[in-house]
Amino acid sequence: MSYELIAIGASWGGLHAMSALLDGLAPEVDPPIVLAQHRGVDSLRGGLEALLQKHVERPVREPDDKEPIERAHVYVAPADYHLLVENGAFSLSTDERVQFARPSIDVLFESVAAAYAERAIGIVLTGANEDGARGLAAIKAAGGMTVVQDPASAERRFMPEAALALAGGADAILPVGEIPGLLYELCVGARA
Amino acid sequence: MALPVGRPDEPDLEQIEVGLLLEGIYRRYGFDFREYAPASLRRRLRRRMDGEGVETVSALQELVLHDPQVMERLLLDLSINVTAMFRDPSFFLAFRQHVVPLLRTYPFSRLWVAGCSTGEEVYSLAILLAEEGLSERTRVYATDINEAVIDLARLGVFPLDKMQEYTHNYIRAGGTTAFSKYYVARYDGAQFARSLADSVVFAQHNLASDAAFNEFHVITCRNVMIYFDRPLQDHVHRLFYESLAIFGILALGQKETIRQSPHERAFEELAAEERLYRKVR
Repeated sequence: MSYELIAIGASWGGLHAMSALLDGLAPEVDPPIVLAQHRGVDSLRGGLEALLQKHVERPVREPDDKEPIERAHVYVAPADYHLLVENGAFSLSTDERVQFARPSIDVLFESVAAAYAERAIGIVLTGANEDGARGLAAIKAAGGMTVVQDPASAERRFMPEAALALAGGADAILPVGEIPGLLYELCVGARA
Repeated sequence: MALPVGRPDEPDLEQIEVGLLLEGIYRRYGFDFREYAPASLRRRLRRRMDGEGVETVSALQELVLHDPQVMERLLLDLSINVTAMFRDPSFFLAFRQHVVPLLRTYPFSRLWVAGCSTGEEVYSLAILLAEEGLSERTRVYATDINEAVIDLARLGVFPLDKMQEYTHNYIRAGGTTAFSKYYVARYDGAQFARSLADSVVFAQHNLASDAAFNEFHVITCRNVMIYFDRPLQDHVHRLFYESLAIFGILALGQKETIRQSPHERAFEELAAEERLYRKVR
């Protein structure tokens, strides 16, 4: 089984955690990475991509609606939109906030579970709310790989803990610095 | 004989159910959701399933086909696009800078707000046009697939608890007066001035199946087509192309693009960041 998409959810403290994750990411780990990071409606347009781009070679983009999902790209959910995936392309929505959030991690992850099932890796990072828990449970139920940032190492432990509670544990619980190594094993090690 | 079926909870099964439901809705009620973007559609169906207390799409299908009231509720779920007054304030700033000067060159102009939902964008534009002194010289056609939603839009009442957010947007959108001037508080609603709707015609129109009905100088369709799949988006782009006058303006949502649409080459970018395009051929 090869993994075809890595979905990541982050909230409070997410920028630091995401930066650390991208810093450690080997270039060979090339499935598309799709991030739902909670942020304010007024956040500077393009600001998050620019910050994350400093940590990784591959392009970091806010996708347009129906943009094809490409390997070796990092995609960031646009502020004030839900980001969903379907059939190799993105789809956006302005529907109600879910768990008080738009973008919502649950919305992204549930669409990932439906479209990618066992070919998906879902990762829940630091945060102070419950978004992502239902979504991670959906990825798990669909046969995908689940990873949660070790709550003890997270800037805010509530979100990883909520995800672990609802999904009934995860395949891996790791400090964020060790997640790139796991991704290498899962995405590259498996091919060798 | 054991049939070779997958697990009952596998995603593909629900995909089959959704296809059957949409086919049924089309044949029973004439509404065609078969070309809606599947991921968002599924979320909206789930919400209706929760509301009706059913577990499967098939169970929802039974209710929808036999009870038109369930269909009406589902139609609301599928057709209400959540938006805000002056959503993306920078868009309205760009509209003032780039589109208003063009409108001034016409003695009279027609705007089409396609997929107006509950009217937030319509009233935002009506306010902008009033502040630019263009109300008397413009007519705004606001259309939506759903009559019930249009009735809401016509009322011009929005939740009072949204006014802080909308005021914030309005100021950043280049508003020239006090936002509170435009509405009066009524119970928990903000009733917008009737005069704003004087230049607005509300009508039912289905982007998926109805033809062009007028020639427009501006068409705004922001965050509506994100709920459609690519073939339906192409269809709607064609409809807009046919409905725009030469040098007419097309406004899309912040994350929608004309690129890869069938009429890409007929448009030039007027304000690329704000997704304002101008038909040039």
